[in-house]
Amino acid sequence: MDFASIIQSIFGSINVEIFFSKMLAGALTTLEIFFLTLLFSLPLGMLLCLGRMSHLKVVSMPVRLYLLVMRGTPLMLQILFVFFGLQPLFGIQVDRFSATIIAFSLNYAAYFCEIYRGGMESIPKGQFEAAKVLGYSKSTSFFKIILPQVIKRIIPPMGNEFITLVKDTSLAKIIAVVELMKVTEEYVNSAVNVVPFFVAAVFYLVMNGVVSRFFSVVEKKLSYYN
Amino acid sequence: MKILEANHLVKSFGSLEVLKDISIEVKKGEVLAIIGPSGSGKSTLLRCITQLEDVDNGEIVICGETLCAKGENGKAQYASKQQRRKIGLHLGLVFQNFNLFPHLSVIQNVMNPQTEVLKKSKDEAEKHAKELLAKVGLTEKENAYPCELSGGQQQRVSIARAMAMNPDLLLFDEPTSALDPELTGEILKVIKGLAKLKTTMVIVTHEMSFAKNVADRVVFMDNGYIIADGTPSEIFDNTDNTRIREFLAKFDD
Repeated sequence: MDFASIIQSIFGSINVEIFFSKMLAGALTTLEIFFLTLLFSLPLGMLLCLGRMSHLKVVSMPVRLYLLVMRGTPLMLQILFVFFGLQPLFGIQVDRFSATIIAFSLNYAAYFCEIYRGGMESIPKGQFEAAKVLGYSKSTSFFKIILPQVIKRIIPPMGNEFITLVKDTSLAKIIAVVELMKVTEEYVNSAVNVVPFFVAAVFYLVMNGVVSRFFSVVEKKLSYYN
Repeated sequence: MKILEANHLVKSFGSLEVLKDISIEVKKGEVLAIIGPSGSGKSTLLRCITQLEDVDNGEIVICGETLCAKGENGKAQYASKQQRRKIGLHLGLVFQNFNLFPHLSVIQNVMNPQTEVLKKSKDEAEKHAKELLAKVGLTEKENAYPCELSGGQQQRVSIARAMAMNPDLLLFDEPTSALDPELTGEILKVIKGLAKLKTTMVIVTHEMSFAKNVADRVVFMDNGYIIADGTPSEIFDNTDNTRIREFLAKFDD
C-alpha cells in the first residue's frame, strides 16, 4: 500500500483534498477572529483600565459594572445576544461575523483591562513620583516611563489570554460562523468519522505553538532589565 | 536671594498631624541639613516642597513664585496646575531608594527627562548627560542598566538625573539610608563636591558628621515642629536643648 492510500483509508469516505482546503479556509476565519479581536480589545481594555483606576466614582463604577457583566456571563451567551438580541431590542442587525468580533472584543477587553490594572498597580509608587518630580506630564510619564514597564510585567498573563482566545474562537460556531470548529463538526457529522477532530486539534496546537513561541521571544527581548 | 521660603506649613494624614507649624527658608548657594528622629516630619516636609504631597495650609514660595498661599478659610490656596508644574521645575529631588527608570540605561535615565520635559535636542541632552556622569564618576557605566549597578552607583545616577534638569534647588531625602555603610561614603563625596560648587541644597540625613561638615545651616525637627535652626556648631556643639542632646547622644558611639 502506498502512502496516499494509507491516508485515504484513515479518512474513509472523506475527500482528503477538499477536506483540507475547507479546514484551511476555516482556520483562516479562526485567525481573522483572533486578530480582529486583539486589534479592538487591546486598546479598549486600556481605556477601560484607565476608567477602572479613575478616582472619579462616576467613571470607575460603570466600568466595574461592565467588568462584572462581561466576566460574569458566558462568552457564548454574549455572542448569541449580540447576534440575536440587538435586532429586537435596538433595531440593529449585524451579520454573523461582525457579531462575533463585537462580542469577542467586548469580552476580551474586560480581561485585558484587569491584566493592565494588575500591571499598573505592580509598578512601584516611586516610579510615578520620580517622573512627576522631574516634570513629566501625566501622558508622557504614562507612555515613556510606566507603560514600557507594565508591558514587561503583563507578558505572562497576556500569553495565557492569547492562548485562550485561540481556543475560544471555536465558540463562534454557535451562530454558524464557518471557522475551524464548524468545519470539523460538519465533517464528523456527515462522514461519521472522528478523524477530523484530531486534525482540528493539530491546527489549534500549531496556532498556539506559534503564540507561545511569540511570547517567549518577546519575554526574552524584554529581559535586558529586572 | 531666597530660593525657598515656607511659612507656617501644616499637614495631616487623617488624624495624624505630621507638620504642625513649619517655617523654613533657604538662600541661594546655601546647604541646609535637616536632622531629627524618625517620624518627625522631615521627609513629609520635602514631599510637600516637591509637590508629592499638598500641604493643608501655609505658604510656599520657590524662586519668588508662589506655589501656595495661606488661605483665609484654613486651607492652602494652590497656584494653577500649569504654574505648579513650572514651579516644580525649579526643584530636583533625590530619593532614598533612587527610583531610577529600570527600562532605561544609565545615560538614557539622565537624557530622557531633558528631551521629554525640557525638549532639548538629543545631542544636547547626551552631551550634558555625559558631563554629569563624568562628574559622578560613572562614565564607564553609561550603557549599563540600573539593575546592573550597586546601590551607591544607582544613587549617583539619580543625582546626575536630578542635576540634568538644572534645578535651582536640589533636595535629598535620606540619600544614604538605603545603602550599605561602605557605600554611603561615595554619595557623601558627590554631595560635598556639589556643595563646593555652591549648589543650593536641602538634605534630610541621619549622617550627623556629614551634616556637621557640609551644611551651612542645620535644622532640627521633632514631632512636626522645628526645634532649632542654626549653624552646625550651634546645633551640634553648643546646644542647651535637652531633646537635641538626647538625640545626638545616640550617634556618639
